[in-house]
Amino acid sequence: MSLMQQLNQKALELGIPLSVHLDITYRCNERCEHCYLDHEDYGEMTTEEICHLFRELAAAGVFFLTLSGGEPLMRRDYFEIIEDARELGFNVKLKTNAVLIREPEARRLRALGVELVQISVYSHLPEVHDAITKLPGSLKRTLEGIRQLRAAGMKVTLANVLMPANFGDSAGVQTLAGELGAHYTLDPTITPMMDGDTSVLRLRLPPTQLDSFFHDGNLVGDVEAFCAPPPAVDEGAREGLPCSAGHTACYVTPYGDVYPCVQFPLPCGNVRKQSFMEIWQHSPRLAEVRSIRARDLSVCSSCAHLGSCTRCPGLAYMEGNMRGPSSADCEKSFVRTGVRPASMMARTAPATPRGLVQIQLAETALALPVSR
Amino acid sequence: MSDKYIARSTQVASRKLGDEMVIMSAVDSTLFSLSEVATLIWQAADGKTPLSEIARRVSTEFEVAPDAAYRDAESFVDELASHGILRVSDQPILPSARGAWEAA
Repeated sequence: MSLMQQLNQKALELGIPLSVHLDITYRCNERCEHCYLDHEDYGEMTTEEICHLFRELAAAGVFFLTLSGGEPLMRRDYFEIIEDARELGFNVKLKTNAVLIREPEARRLRALGVELVQISVYSHLPEVHDAITKLPGSLKRTLEGIRQLRAAGMKVTLANVLMPANFGDSAGVQTLAGELGAHYTLDPTITPMMDGDTSVLRLRLPPTQLDSFFHDGNLVGDVEAFCAPPPAVDEGAREGLPCSAGHTACYVTPYGDVYPCVQFPLPCGNVRKQSFMEIWQHSPRLAEVRSIRARDLSVCSSCAHLGSCTRCPGLAYMEGNMRGPSSADCEKSFVRTGVRPASMMARTAPATPRGLVQIQLAETALALPVSR
Repeated sequence: MSDKYIARSTQVASRKLGDEMVIMSAVDSTLFSLSEVATLIWQAADGKTPLSEIARRVSTEFEVAPDAAYRDAESFVDELASHGILRVSDQPILPSARGAWEAA
């Protein structure tokens, strides 16, 4: 067991929220067509409220803190926020489009000890990238920000969300990442809007492209192993936890709402009304999330993919049942292995059959954002 | 014997989880887990407390012979310094000097 696995196991045993994702704003200078947020400000937490929350998170044992948005640099106080987080000892990762990052910002992020900056790049072609962000010139500005970050010594990851419009550009972005000295993450995950609107799911890869993706050795590594039939389901798989959401990780909105995960918008409390620890330890909804084992899943418990599926409980929740299947993951398991999942055999596949997967090329492993 | 002074890097994250201290370097993302003794040394690494004083605290708190406590502390400090997450000097280390060291 690696040190990181030991750390996660210990956090699970002690009930510690090891990782928190905080969106400090939903405002953004881009209008990406697949984004799951609206970009209005309905009363974001103030600097003081966020700094107070940081003290609560530190006391609760939070170690990994991801700051995101919206575009976090849209807040004038973002450096104040990052500086406070670092003074409190958090490992800070920043998700940004880098449009507003120039040399002074890059140097300060490095000086503050931010571990990693993750930046969305949709294509190496300006006309494709800018059409997705709906901000003319955005790729040029983003690349300039990345160069400044790299020059300052920052670790940078390019997150390449794949949709039909940019499906053919992954190799170009991968090459670009290499030229910039950045890591590369491929992500064909398109999630419903936070308010439940599923219209953006039209941007998910269709099965034919998902199939090409899963069978591309440059993207998934060992195709034969990756696409192998699922292993036999054992007792360990039946007793397994769906994912870390609500167990060792959670998400906080700019308005102080606490969810199990950014992809699992189940309201569990609000830090403006209760302390974070009160929510973390006593929320009935978090208790319900934590009570679920794989054997309790209504359809998935009898599925051949139970032990190897990347089922997202948040996406299942957004389809209406946190104990039900996540149709995107059902489809992914099917396309990947050719073995029909239980949801398809029961003819209960919901109406949005598209893929969901993130791949960290360095490890050729499947992962989901934030909490997996 | 000249004394040593040690200071934590500003490029690390740290958190006490139960009885252990977890540290991660922002430079290379290396994760460290410190024992109780190592945690005491880490928390005392403020750049102005001499290593001999830190070792004395270890000796008292964990009932270790003073010489052994100093040797262990020195070994631990050298190891963390080799990963760039702790600075060692024969002079007290001011906070401003830490920033200059890490920017270099």
